[in-house]
Amino acid sequence: MTNKILIENLSLQYSDGTESLRGVSMGIRQNAVTVLFGPAGGGKSTLLRCLNRLNDLTEIKASAGRILIDEENILDAKTDVIALRRKVGMVFARPVPLPMSIRENVTYGLELAGEKRKSKLDEAVERSLKLSAVWDEVKDRLNDPAIALSGGQQQRVCLARVIALQPEIILLDEPTSGLDPISTGKVEAALLELKKEYTIILVPHSIQQAARTADYAAFFLQGELIEYGEGKSLFTVPKQKKTEDYIMGRFG
Amino acid sequence: MMTKFLSRNRHTVQRLGFSFITLMAVMTVLPIVGTIIYILFQGGSAISWDFITGFPHDGMRAGGILPAIIGTLYLTIGTAIFSVPLGIAAAIYLSEYAKDNQWTRLIRLAIINLAGIPSVVYGLFGLGLFVLFLKFGTSILAASLTLSIMTLPVIISTAEESLRAVPQAFRTVSISLGATRWQTIRKIVLKEALPGILTGVILGLERAAGETAPILFTGAAFFLPRLPQSPFDATMALPYHLFVISTQVPEMPIQIQYGTALVLLVFVLTMNLIATVIRSRARARRQW
Repeated sequence: MTNKILIENLSLQYSDGTESLRGVSMGIRQNAVTVLFGPAGGGKSTLLRCLNRLNDLTEIKASAGRILIDEENILDAKTDVIALRRKVGMVFARPVPLPMSIRENVTYGLELAGEKRKSKLDEAVERSLKLSAVWDEVKDRLNDPAIALSGGQQQRVCLARVIALQPEIILLDEPTSGLDPISTGKVEAALLELKKEYTIILVPHSIQQAARTADYAAFFLQGELIEYGEGKSLFTVPKQKKTEDYIMGRFG
Repeated sequence: MMTKFLSRNRHTVQRLGFSFITLMAVMTVLPIVGTIIYILFQGGSAISWDFITGFPHDGMRAGGILPAIIGTLYLTIGTAIFSVPLGIAAAIYLSEYAKDNQWTRLIRLAIINLAGIPSVVYGLFGLGLFVLFLKFGTSILAASLTLSIMTLPVIISTAEESLRAVPQAFRTVSISLGATRWQTIRKIVLKEALPGILTGVILGLERAAGETAPILFTGAAFFLPRLPQSPFDATMALPYHLFVISTQVPEMPIQIQYGTALVLLVFVLTMNLIATVIRSRARARRQW
Protein backbone atom coordinates (compact mmCIF):
# COMPACT_ATOMS: atom_id res chain seq x y z
CA MET A 1 0.00 0.00 0.00
CA THR A 2 1.13 3.51 -0.79
CA ASN A 3 1.09 6.75 1.11
CA LYS A 4 -1.79 8.92 0.00
CA ILE A 5 -0.66 11.77 2.19
CA LEU A 6 2.83 12.68 3.31
CA ILE A 7 3.17 15.19 6.13
CA GLU A 8 6.65 16.65 6.43
CA ASN A 9 7.83 18.52 9.50
CA LEU A 10 4.53 20.35 9.95
CA SER A 11 4.45 23.07 12.61
CA LEU A 12 1.66 25.49 13.32
CA GLN A 13 0.77 28.06 15.90
CA TYR A 14 -2.55 29.87 16.30
CA SER A 15 -2.55 33.60 16.90
CA ASP A 16 -4.12 33.21 20.35
CA GLY A 17 -1.42 30.68 21.18
CA THR A 18 -3.79 27.78 21.92
CA GLU A 19 -3.39 24.49 20.09
CA SER A 20 -0.37 23.96 17.92
CA LEU A 21 1.64 21.39 16.04
CA ARG A 22 5.36 20.85 16.43
CA GLY A 23 7.40 19.15 13.76
CA VAL A 24 4.87 16.47 12.81
CA SER A 25 5.96 14.05 10.09
CA MET A 26 3.91 11.04 9.03
CA GLY A 27 2.67 9.19 6.00
CA ILE A 28 -1.01 8.27 5.70
CA ARG A 29 -1.97 5.13 3.82
CA GLN A 30 -4.54 4.87 1.10
CA ASN A 31 -7.72 2.83 1.67
CA ALA A 32 -7.23 2.53 5.40
CA VAL A 33 -8.56 4.11 8.55
CA THR A 34 -5.88 6.17 10.25
CA VAL A 35 -6.80 7.24 13.75
CA LEU A 36 -5.38 10.35 15.42
CA PHE A 37 -5.83 10.11 19.18
CA GLY A 38 -4.62 11.65 22.39
CA PRO A 39 -5.76 14.12 25.05
CA ALA A 40 -7.56 17.34 24.14
CA GLY A 41 -5.39 20.14 22.84
CA GLY A 42 -2.94 17.71 21.30
CA GLY A 43 -3.24 19.04 17.77
CA LYS A 44 -5.42 16.35 16.21
CA SER A 45 -8.16 18.67 14.98
CA THR A 46 -5.58 21.21 13.89
CA LEU A 47 -3.91 18.59 11.74
CA LEU A 48 -7.26 17.61 10.19
CA ARG A 49 -8.03 21.23 9.43
CA CYS A 50 -4.67 21.60 7.71
CA LEU A 51 -5.46 18.74 5.37
CA ASN A 52 -8.39 20.56 3.73
CA ARG A 53 -7.02 24.03 4.43
CA LEU A 54 -9.99 24.85 6.65
CA ASN A 55 -7.44 26.52 8.87
CA ASP A 56 -7.41 29.30 6.30
CA LEU A 57 -10.48 30.58 8.14
CA THR A 58 -8.58 30.82 11.42
CA GLU A 59 -5.93 33.29 12.44
CA ILE A 60 -2.60 31.56 12.32
CA LYS A 61 0.59 33.05 13.65
CA ALA A 62 3.14 30.83 12.01
CA SER A 63 3.28 27.61 10.07
CA ALA A 64 6.03 25.59 8.49
CA GLY A 65 6.44 22.27 6.73
CA ARG A 66 4.72 20.57 3.83
CA ILE A 67 1.70 18.36 3.28
CA LEU A 68 1.89 16.30 0.12
CA ILE A 69 -1.34 14.80 -1.20
CA ASP A 70 -0.64 12.74 -4.30
CA GLU A 71 2.81 14.32 -4.24
CA GLU A 72 1.53 17.89 -4.41
CA ASN A 73 2.17 20.33 -1.61
CA ILE A 74 -1.30 21.53 -0.67
CA LEU A 75 0.03 24.22 1.66
CA ASP A 76 1.43 25.99 -1.37
CA ALA A 77 -0.16 29.39 -2.00
CA LYS A 78 -1.01 28.32 -5.55
CA THR A 79 -3.18 25.41 -4.42
CA ASP A 80 -6.78 25.51 -5.65
CA VAL A 81 -8.39 25.23 -2.21
CA ILE A 82 -11.89 24.73 -3.61
CA ALA A 83 -10.77 21.69 -5.58
CA LEU A 84 -8.79 20.51 -2.56
CA ARG A 85 -11.87 20.66 -0.31
CA ARG A 86 -13.87 18.65 -2.83
CA LYS A 87 -11.13 16.07 -2.79
CA VAL A 88 -10.72 16.10 1.00
CA GLY A 89 -14.13 16.00 2.70
CA MET A 90 -14.80 16.66 6.36
CA VAL A 91 -17.34 15.56 8.95
CA PHE A 92 -17.50 17.62 12.13
CA ALA A 93 -18.00 16.71 15.77
CA ARG A 94 -21.47 18.15 15.98
CA PRO A 95 -23.79 17.29 13.11
CA VAL A 96 -24.48 20.55 11.31
CA PRO A 97 -27.25 20.04 8.77
CA LEU A 98 -27.49 23.10 6.55
CA PRO A 99 -30.88 24.84 6.85
CA MET A 100 -32.44 23.01 3.92
CA SER A 101 -33.94 19.64 3.04
CA ILE A 102 -32.14 16.31 3.35
CA ARG A 103 -31.79 16.08 -0.41
CA GLU A 104 -30.49 19.65 -0.73
CA ASN A 105 -27.94 18.96 2.00
CA VAL A 106 -26.56 16.07 -0.01
CA THR A 107 -26.59 17.90 -3.35
CA TYR A 108 -25.26 21.20 -1.97
CA GLY A 109 -21.61 20.54 -2.78
CA LEU A 110 -22.34 18.97 -6.15
CA GLU A 111 -24.49 21.87 -7.26
CA LEU A 112 -21.74 24.28 -6.25
CA ALA A 113 -19.41 22.21 -8.38
CA GLY A 114 -21.73 22.91 -11.31
CA GLU A 115 -23.71 19.66 -11.51
CA LYS A 116 -27.21 20.51 -12.71
CA ARG A 117 -28.51 17.28 -14.22
CA LYS A 118 -31.28 15.97 -12.01
CA SER A 119 -30.53 12.32 -12.84
CA LYS A 120 -26.92 12.72 -11.71
CA LEU A 121 -27.99 14.48 -8.53
CA ASP A 122 -30.63 11.87 -7.70
CA GLU A 123 -28.12 9.14 -8.31
CA ALA A 124 -25.59 10.82 -6.00
CA VAL A 125 -28.22 11.26 -3.29
CA GLU A 126 -29.15 7.60 -3.29
CA ARG A 127 -25.60 6.31 -3.60
CA SER A 128 -24.14 8.45 -0.82
CA LEU A 129 -27.06 8.00 1.57
CA LYS A 130 -26.74 4.25 1.08
CA LEU A 131 -22.99 4.30 1.67
CA SER A 132 -23.47 6.24 4.89
CA ALA A 133 -26.11 3.72 6.01
CA VAL A 134 -29.03 6.14 6.38
CA TRP A 135 -30.90 5.62 3.09
CA ASP A 136 -33.55 3.29 4.48
CA GLU A 137 -34.38 5.72 7.26
CA VAL A 138 -34.75 8.84 5.09
CA LYS A 139 -35.64 7.70 1.58
CA ASP A 140 -39.33 8.51 2.03
CA ARG A 141 -38.78 12.02 3.31
CA LEU A 142 -35.89 13.42 1.33
CA ASN A 143 -37.63 16.79 1.08
CA ASP A 144 -38.06 17.21 4.81
CA PRO A 145 -35.78 19.64 6.59
CA ALA A 146 -32.61 17.83 7.64
CA ILE A 147 -32.86 19.36 11.11
CA ALA A 148 -35.95 17.22 11.78
CA LEU A 149 -33.84 14.05 11.86
CA SER A 150 -32.34 12.56 15.00
CA GLY A 151 -28.75 13.42 15.86
CA GLY A 152 -27.44 10.10 14.60
CA GLN A 153 -29.32 10.39 11.32
CA GLN A 154 -28.17 13.98 10.90
CA GLN A 155 -24.56 12.93 11.29
CA ARG A 156 -24.92 10.19 8.69
CA VAL A 157 -26.56 12.68 6.31
CA CYS A 158 -23.56 14.95 6.94
CA LEU A 159 -21.32 12.02 6.01
CA ALA A 160 -23.40 11.41 2.88
CA ARG A 161 -23.06 15.09 2.01
CA VAL A 162 -19.29 14.60 1.95
CA ILE A 163 -19.44 11.30 0.05
CA ALA A 164 -21.65 12.86 -2.62
CA LEU A 165 -18.70 14.91 -3.80
CA GLN A 166 -16.77 11.66 -4.38
CA PRO A 167 -13.75 12.82 -2.41
CA GLU A 168 -10.59 10.76 -2.12
CA ILE A 169 -9.98 11.48 1.53
CA ILE A 170 -12.54 11.78 4.33
CA LEU A 171 -11.66 13.56 7.57
CA LEU A 172 -13.81 12.86 10.61
CA ASP A 173 -13.39 14.99 13.74
CA GLU A 174 -15.00 13.07 16.63
CA PRO A 175 -18.02 12.34 14.45
CA THR A 176 -19.78 10.24 17.06
CA SER A 177 -19.14 12.36 20.15
CA GLY A 178 -22.80 13.33 20.45
CA LEU A 179 -24.32 10.04 19.36
CA ASP A 180 -25.80 7.07 21.21
CA PRO A 181 -24.05 3.68 20.96
CA ILE A 182 -26.36 2.35 18.25
CA SER A 183 -25.84 5.37 15.98
CA THR A 184 -22.12 5.20 16.75
CA GLY A 185 -22.09 1.57 15.65
CA LYS A 186 -23.81 2.50 12.39
CA VAL A 187 -21.31 5.25 11.65
CA GLU A 188 -18.37 2.95 12.43
CA ALA A 189 -19.83 0.22 10.21
CA ALA A 190 -20.18 2.77 7.42
CA LEU A 191 -16.51 3.70 7.85
CA LEU A 192 -15.45 0.07 7.45
CA GLU A 193 -17.36 -0.03 4.20
CA LEU A 194 -16.03 3.34 3.05
CA LYS A 195 -12.36 2.57 3.53
CA LYS A 196 -12.48 0.22 0.56
CA GLU A 197 -12.81 3.28 -1.64
CA TYR A 198 -11.53 6.15 0.42
CA THR A 199 -8.65 7.17 2.62
CA ILE A 200 -10.09 7.86 6.06
CA ILE A 201 -8.61 9.90 8.86
CA LEU A 202 -10.55 9.75 12.08
CA VAL A 203 -10.22 11.57 15.37
CA PRO A 204 -12.12 9.15 17.63
CA HIS A 205 -14.06 10.23 20.67
CA SER A 206 -12.71 7.44 22.86
CA ILE A 207 -9.77 5.05 23.05
CA GLN A 208 -12.20 2.17 22.60
CA GLN A 209 -13.34 3.62 19.30
CA ALA A 210 -9.72 4.21 18.32
CA ALA A 211 -8.88 0.57 19.02
CA ARG A 212 -12.02 -0.69 17.22
CA THR A 213 -11.53 1.24 14.01
CA ALA A 214 -7.81 1.86 13.56
CA ASP A 215 -5.79 0.25 10.81
CA TYR A 216 -3.11 2.74 11.74
CA ALA A 217 -2.98 4.87 14.84
CA ALA A 218 -1.08 8.02 15.75
CA PHE A 219 -0.78 9.26 19.32
CA PHE A 220 -0.57 13.03 19.73
CA LEU A 221 0.47 14.81 22.89
CA GLN A 222 0.74 18.59 23.14
CA GLY A 223 1.25 19.08 19.44
CA GLU A 224 3.80 16.34 18.99
CA LEU A 225 3.45 12.99 17.32
CA ILE A 226 4.59 10.57 20.01
CA GLU A 227 3.97 7.24 18.37
CA TYR A 228 2.63 6.05 15.05
CA GLY A 229 2.11 2.54 13.80
CA GLU A 230 -0.31 -0.24 12.97
CA GLY A 231 -3.39 -0.10 15.16
CA LYS A 232 -3.21 -3.68 16.37
CA SER A 233 0.32 -3.47 17.71
CA LEU A 234 0.08 0.10 18.97
CA PHE A 235 -2.92 -0.62 21.17
CA THR A 236 -1.56 -3.92 22.49
CA VAL A 237 2.17 -3.30 22.80
CA PRO A 238 2.87 0.43 22.61
CA LYS A 239 6.55 1.25 22.27
CA GLN A 240 6.49 4.60 24.05
CA LYS A 241 5.92 4.97 27.78
CA LYS A 242 3.65 8.00 27.23
CA THR A 243 1.45 6.09 24.80
CA GLU A 244 1.15 3.20 27.19
CA ASP A 245 0.26 5.51 30.09
CA TYR A 246 -2.46 7.15 28.02
CA ILE A 247 -3.95 3.91 26.75
CA MET A 248 -3.93 2.45 30.24
CA GLY A 249 -5.76 5.51 31.46
CA ARG A 250 -2.99 6.73 33.70
CA PHE A 251 -3.48 10.30 32.47
CA GLY A 252 -5.61 12.30 30.10
CA MET B 1 -38.46 43.75 63.31
CA MET B 2 -38.90 44.90 59.73
CA THR B 3 -37.23 41.82 58.25
CA LYS B 4 -39.42 39.62 60.38
CA PHE B 5 -42.51 41.38 59.10
CA LEU B 6 -41.33 41.10 55.53
CA SER B 7 -40.42 37.46 55.73
CA ARG B 8 -43.73 36.51 57.28
CA ASN B 9 -45.54 38.33 54.54
CA ARG B 10 -43.23 37.50 51.71
CA HIS B 11 -46.06 36.24 49.55
CA THR B 12 -47.89 39.53 49.96
CA VAL B 13 -44.69 41.40 49.18
CA GLN B 14 -44.11 39.33 46.09
CA ARG B 15 -47.65 39.89 44.90
CA LEU B 16 -47.30 43.63 45.49
CA GLY B 17 -44.05 43.74 43.60
CA PHE B 18 -45.46 41.72 40.77
CA SER B 19 -48.49 44.00 40.47
CA PHE B 20 -46.22 47.03 40.45
CA ILE B 21 -44.12 45.64 37.60
CA THR B 22 -47.24 44.68 35.65
CA LEU B 23 -48.57 48.20 36.09
CA MET B 24 -45.32 49.64 34.72
CA ALA B 25 -45.52 47.34 31.72
CA VAL B 26 -49.11 48.36 31.01
CA MET B 27 -48.13 52.02 31.30
CA THR B 28 -45.68 51.67 28.44
CA VAL B 29 -48.55 50.55 26.23
CA LEU B 30 -50.83 53.43 27.22
CA PRO B 31 -49.16 56.28 25.26
CA ILE B 32 -49.22 54.45 21.94
CA VAL B 33 -52.78 53.16 22.36
CA GLY B 34 -53.87 56.56 23.63
CA THR B 35 -52.32 58.37 20.68
CA ILE B 36 -53.90 56.05 18.14
CA ILE B 37 -57.35 56.25 19.70
CA TYR B 38 -57.16 60.04 20.05
CA ILE B 39 -56.07 60.60 16.46
CA LEU B 40 -58.61 58.10 15.18
CA PHE B 41 -61.32 59.88 17.14
CA GLN B 42 -60.31 63.38 16.03
CA GLY B 43 -59.41 62.66 12.43
CA GLY B 44 -61.57 59.69 11.49
CA SER B 45 -64.36 61.90 10.21
CA ALA B 46 -62.05 63.60 7.71
CA ILE B 47 -61.15 60.37 5.96
CA SER B 48 -62.99 59.89 2.70
CA TRP B 49 -62.18 58.83 -0.84
CA ASP B 50 -61.86 62.48 -1.89
CA PHE B 51 -59.50 63.18 1.02
CA ILE B 52 -57.14 60.42 -0.09
CA THR B 53 -57.33 61.10 -3.82
CA GLY B 54 -57.88 64.84 -4.06
CA PHE B 55 -55.69 67.92 -4.13
CA PRO B 56 -55.89 70.50 -1.36
CA HIS B 57 -57.73 73.73 -2.17
CA ASP B 58 -58.98 76.90 -0.50
CA GLY B 59 -55.47 77.51 0.89
CA MET B 60 -55.39 73.86 2.05
CA ARG B 61 -58.40 74.38 4.29
CA ALA B 62 -60.38 71.94 2.17
CA GLY B 63 -59.87 69.11 -0.27
CA GLY B 64 -57.53 66.14 -0.05
CA ILE B 65 -53.91 65.33 0.59
CA LEU B 66 -53.03 63.17 -2.43
CA PRO B 67 -49.82 65.04 -3.33
CA ALA B 68 -48.51 64.61 0.21
CA ILE B 69 -49.29 60.87 0.20
CA ILE B 70 -47.67 60.34 -3.19
CA GLY B 71 -44.73 62.50 -2.15
CA THR B 72 -44.08 60.46 0.97
CA LEU B 73 -44.33 57.30 -1.11
CA TYR B 74 -41.77 58.66 -3.59
CA LEU B 75 -39.44 59.75 -0.80
CA THR B 76 -39.66 56.34 0.88
CA ILE B 77 -38.94 54.52 -2.37
CA GLY B 78 -36.11 56.92 -3.17
CA THR B 79 -34.61 56.38 0.25
CA ALA B 80 -34.87 52.61 -0.20
CA ILE B 81 -33.11 52.74 -3.58
CA PHE B 82 -30.02 54.35 -2.04
CA SER B 83 -29.93 53.08 1.53
CA VAL B 84 -30.91 49.41 1.11
CA PRO B 85 -28.15 48.21 -1.24
CA LEU B 86 -25.54 50.38 0.44
CA GLY B 87 -26.61 49.39 3.94
CA ILE B 88 -26.77 45.66 3.24
CA ALA B 89 -23.44 45.71 1.40
CA ALA B 90 -21.84 47.53 4.33
CA ALA B 91 -23.33 45.03 6.78
CA ILE B 92 -22.03 42.09 4.73
CA TYR B 93 -18.59 43.65 4.70
CA LEU B 94 -18.61 44.25 8.45
CA SER B 95 -20.01 40.86 9.38
CA GLU B 96 -18.37 38.58 6.84
CA TYR B 97 -15.16 40.14 5.60
CA ALA B 98 -13.85 42.81 7.95
CA LYS B 99 -11.18 41.84 10.42
CA ASP B 100 -11.32 43.32 13.88
CA ASN B 101 -8.82 46.14 13.56
CA GLN B 102 -8.47 49.93 13.88
CA TRP B 103 -10.07 50.51 10.51
CA THR B 104 -13.27 48.54 11.19
CA ARG B 105 -13.48 50.01 14.67
CA LEU B 106 -13.42 53.43 13.05
CA ILE B 107 -16.23 52.42 10.68
CA ARG B 108 -18.32 51.15 13.58
CA LEU B 109 -17.69 54.33 15.54
CA ALA B 110 -18.82 56.34 12.53
CA ILE B 111 -22.03 54.32 12.24
CA ILE B 112 -22.86 54.69 15.92
CA ASN B 113 -22.28 58.43 15.73
CA LEU B 114 -24.30 58.70 12.54
CA ALA B 115 -27.24 57.21 14.45
CA GLY B 116 -26.90 59.85 17.15
CA ILE B 117 -26.95 62.94 14.96
CA PRO B 118 -30.14 65.04 15.27
CA SER B 119 -32.24 64.81 12.12
CA VAL B 120 -32.23 68.56 11.51
CA VAL B 121 -28.46 68.40 11.17
CA TYR B 122 -28.89 65.86 8.39
CA GLY B 123 -31.24 68.35 6.78
CA LEU B 124 -28.61 71.08 6.85
CA PHE B 125 -25.96 68.68 5.58
CA GLY B 126 -28.25 67.60 2.73
CA LEU B 127 -28.91 71.23 1.87
CA GLY B 128 -25.19 71.93 1.71
CA LEU B 129 -24.12 68.81 -0.17
CA PHE B 130 -26.98 67.69 -2.38
CA VAL B 131 -29.07 70.81 -2.94
CA LEU B 132 -26.33 73.42 -3.29
CA PHE B 133 -22.97 71.77 -3.97
CA LEU B 134 -24.19 68.97 -6.25
CA LYS B 135 -26.89 71.31 -7.61
CA PHE B 136 -29.74 68.79 -7.30
CA GLY B 137 -31.92 71.66 -6.11
CA THR B 138 -34.77 71.23 -3.68
CA SER B 139 -35.84 67.88 -5.04
CA ILE B 140 -37.01 64.35 -4.34
CA LEU B 141 -33.49 63.22 -5.20
CA ALA B 142 -31.79 65.48 -2.66
CA ALA B 143 -34.35 64.65 0.02
CA SER B 144 -34.09 60.90 -0.62
CA LEU B 145 -30.30 61.02 -0.40
CA THR B 146 -30.51 62.98 2.84
CA LEU B 147 -33.01 60.51 4.30
CA SER B 148 -30.80 57.66 3.11
CA ILE B 149 -27.84 58.89 5.12
CA MET B 150 -30.08 59.14 8.16
CA THR B 151 -31.49 55.63 7.60
CA LEU B 152 -28.17 53.90 6.89
CA PRO B 153 -27.06 53.32 10.48
CA VAL B 154 -30.36 51.59 11.32
CA ILE B 155 -30.16 49.34 8.27
CA ILE B 156 -26.47 48.56 8.71
CA SER B 157 -26.67 47.68 12.37
CA THR B 158 -29.81 45.52 12.15
CA ALA B 159 -28.53 43.79 9.02
CA GLU B 160 -25.15 43.13 10.58
CA GLU B 161 -26.83 41.73 13.67
CA SER B 162 -29.01 39.41 11.56
CA LEU B 163 -25.99 38.20 9.59
CA ARG B 164 -24.01 37.54 12.75
CA ALA B 165 -26.92 35.56 14.22
CA VAL B 166 -26.52 32.93 11.48
CA PRO B 167 -24.49 30.15 13.13
CA GLN B 168 -20.79 30.16 12.29
CA ALA B 169 -20.94 26.38 11.78
CA PHE B 170 -23.03 26.85 8.60
CA ARG B 171 -20.23 28.90 7.09
CA THR B 172 -17.54 26.39 8.06
CA VAL B 173 -19.55 23.47 6.67
CA SER B 174 -20.34 25.29 3.44
CA ILE B 175 -16.68 26.22 2.90
CA SER B 176 -15.62 22.65 3.69
CA LEU B 177 -17.96 21.43 0.94
CA GLY B 178 -16.11 23.49 -1.63
CA ALA B 179 -18.08 26.73 -1.54
CA THR B 180 -16.37 30.06 -1.90
CA ARG B 181 -16.95 32.70 0.73
CA TRP B 182 -19.31 34.60 -1.55
CA GLN B 183 -21.28 31.45 -2.47
CA THR B 184 -21.63 30.73 1.23
CA ILE B 185 -22.93 34.22 1.90
CA ARG B 186 -25.34 34.10 -1.01
CA LYS B 187 -26.73 30.61 -0.57
CA ILE B 188 -26.74 30.25 3.20
CA VAL B 189 -26.00 33.35 5.22
CA LEU B 190 -28.04 35.95 3.33
CA LYS B 191 -30.94 33.55 2.88
CA GLU B 192 -31.11 32.90 6.61
CA ALA B 193 -30.55 36.52 7.58
CA LEU B 194 -32.98 37.98 5.04
CA PRO B 195 -36.07 38.23 7.30
CA GLY B 196 -34.05 40.05 9.95
CA ILE B 197 -32.52 42.33 7.34
CA LEU B 198 -35.95 43.12 5.86
CA THR B 199 -37.29 43.96 9.30
CA GLY B 200 -34.45 46.41 9.82
CA VAL B 201 -34.94 47.90 6.37
CA ILE B 202 -38.65 48.46 6.95
CA LEU B 203 -38.12 49.96 10.39
CA GLY B 204 -35.46 52.28 8.97
CA LEU B 205 -37.64 53.36 6.05
CA GLU B 206 -40.58 53.82 8.36
CA ARG B 207 -38.56 56.36 10.32
CA ALA B 208 -37.54 58.08 7.12
CA ALA B 209 -41.17 58.27 5.98
CA GLY B 210 -42.17 60.09 9.14
CA GLU B 211 -39.28 62.57 9.31
CA THR B 212 -39.76 66.29 8.69
CA ALA B 213 -36.48 67.97 9.49
CA PRO B 214 -34.24 66.26 6.90
CA ILE B 215 -36.61 67.08 4.03
CA LEU B 216 -37.42 70.57 5.25
CA PHE B 217 -34.54 72.21 3.33
CA THR B 218 -33.89 69.52 0.78
CA GLY B 219 -37.09 68.51 -0.96
CA ALA B 220 -40.33 69.44 0.75
CA ALA B 221 -42.70 71.94 -0.80
CA PHE B 222 -45.30 74.01 0.99
CA PHE B 223 -47.85 73.51 -1.75
CA LEU B 224 -47.70 72.20 -5.31
CA PRO B 225 -50.61 72.29 -7.73
CA ARG B 226 -49.48 69.06 -9.45
CA LEU B 227 -47.69 65.85 -8.67
CA PRO B 228 -43.89 65.77 -9.08
CA GLN B 229 -42.87 64.73 -12.60
CA SER B 230 -39.22 63.80 -12.05
CA PRO B 231 -36.73 63.14 -9.24
CA PHE B 232 -35.54 66.72 -9.66
CA ASP B 233 -38.92 68.15 -8.67
CA ALA B 234 -39.74 69.19 -5.15
CA THR B 235 -42.61 67.36 -3.52
CA MET B 236 -45.17 67.66 -0.80
CA ALA B 237 -44.86 65.09 1.97
CA LEU B 238 -47.15 63.96 4.77
CA PRO B 239 -45.04 64.94 7.81
CA TYR B 240 -44.15 68.34 6.38
CA HIS B 241 -47.71 68.94 5.23
CA LEU B 242 -48.88 68.14 8.73
CA PHE B 243 -46.44 70.66 10.13
CA VAL B 244 -47.61 73.28 7.63
CA ILE B 245 -51.32 72.87 8.21
CA SER B 246 -50.86 72.72 11.97
CA THR B 247 -48.76 75.87 12.33
CA GLN B 248 -48.70 77.93 9.16
CA VAL B 249 -52.32 78.07 8.04
CA PRO B 250 -54.76 80.18 10.09
CA GLU B 251 -58.31 78.89 10.64
CA MET B 252 -57.36 75.39 9.59
CA PRO B 253 -60.17 72.86 10.21
CA ILE B 254 -58.98 70.51 12.93
CA GLN B 255 -60.36 67.37 11.25
CA ILE B 256 -58.06 67.84 8.29
CA GLN B 257 -55.05 68.15 10.59
CA TYR B 258 -55.92 64.99 12.44
CA GLY B 259 -57.01 63.27 9.27
CA THR B 260 -53.55 63.92 7.81
CA ALA B 261 -51.95 62.65 11.00
CA LEU B 262 -54.10 59.55 10.79
CA VAL B 263 -53.03 58.82 7.21
CA LEU B 264 -49.35 59.22 8.18
CA LEU B 265 -49.88 56.98 11.18
CA VAL B 266 -51.56 54.29 9.09
CA PHE B 267 -48.74 54.52 6.53
CA VAL B 268 -46.08 54.00 9.18
CA LEU B 269 -47.96 51.39 11.21
CA THR B 270 -48.66 49.36 8.06
CA MET B 271 -44.94 49.16 7.39
CA ASN B 272 -44.43 48.17 11.00
CA LEU B 273 -47.05 45.45 10.67
CA ILE B 274 -45.39 44.07 7.55
CA ALA B 275 -42.09 43.91 9.42
CA THR B 276 -43.73 42.08 12.32
CA VAL B 277 -45.38 39.55 10.01
CA ILE B 278 -42.12 38.87 8.17
CA ARG B 279 -40.30 38.38 11.46
CA SER B 280 -42.79 36.03 13.05
CA ARG B 281 -43.16 33.96 9.89
CA ALA B 282 -39.41 33.61 9.56
CA ARG B 283 -39.08 32.64 13.20
CA ALA B 284 -41.62 29.87 12.74
CA ARG B 285 -39.83 28.55 9.68
CA ARG B 286 -36.28 28.90 10.99
CA GLN B 287 -34.26 25.70 11.19
CA TRP B 288 -31.71 26.65 13.83
